[in-house]
Amino acid sequence: MSSHAAVQAPETSLGEPHFKVGFWTFLGSECFFFGTLIGTYLSYRGRDAAAPFPHHGPPDGAGILNIPVTSVSTFVLLTSSLAMVLALAACQRGDRRKTGLWIGITALFGLIFLGFQAYEFTEFYHNGLTLESNLFGSSFFVLTGFHGAHVSIGVLWLLSLFVINLREGIPAERALSVEVAGLYWHFVDIVWIIIFTVVYLIPD
Amino acid sequence: MSASSAEHAHPQASTYFKVAVILTVITAIEVLIYYVPAMRGVLVPLLLIFSAVKFAIVVGYYMHLKFDAAIYSRLFLGPLTLAAAIVIVLMLLFGHFIDHGGVQSPT
Repeated sequence: MSSHAAVQAPETSLGEPHFKVGFWTFLGSECFFFGTLIGTYLSYRGRDAAAPFPHHGPPDGAGILNIPVTSVSTFVLLTSSLAMVLALAACQRGDRRKTGLWIGITALFGLIFLGFQAYEFTEFYHNGLTLESNLFGSSFFVLTGFHGAHVSIGVLWLLSLFVINLREGIPAERALSVEVAGLYWHFVDIVWIIIFTVVYLIPD
Repeated sequence: MSASSAEHAHPQASTYFKVAVILTVITAIEVLIYYVPAMRGVLVPLLLIFSAVKFAIVVGYYMHLKFDAAIYSRLFLGPLTLAAAIVIVLMLLFGHFIDHGGVQSPT
């Protein structure tokens, strides 16, 4: 099946495209995936016997989380969602140049976010926080690591769309391919909205 | 785009920019109140409310659930509700929300 045929999937009996219905179902399953990881993090929260602690451990331990840096990376990811939705609007208008521009900006912002995450992980490692150091380390790296993996997949997906748009263009009739990529990207964004609050801002 | 998808009009670019500004402002407020000692008593509920508002705005406007067919909302909000219940049950199982009288429960 060609990529064109895949995008032009027939509508379901619900009157909506298969591709979009299937993808929303997938996003529903992703809620369980991240719900379990966030639930695990919260269950282990505040039970560390050994440093490093996320915020301020007992009695005077210093918190390892860098809120200012993560706030900037959060802003970058939120802004990438704006670029993504503008890419979809451009594609639906048939504006090939702006579609490519906004998809490229979204991918770039995703890469910047990943850069921030790589910096954060490296800093934590040098400060003694690893997967095995304590409960916080285990649950933190698994949760944010899986989120980072999702961002990485999203960046690869966006770069693929960028190249397709560059080579042959994505006509308005095939805007669904951009819309579904956007759904994935925004989902990654809303997961981060929760992680930022639960992990970084709510103190122990 | 399918005919059915075309029936659900999405917002204009200006709306997306307004949404982005609102999300940025809420995030800035979240970070700001994190550093205000006087807010400690209400910090957690406030942060949870702000987070829920941001979540709803992104899902409603950027993911177009507010404008698309109701089937998408059901497909997403159903599992989301169950996932939230799983998180709460996990925390209950691990002794959160329970006053241990100063004694740390075993991990």
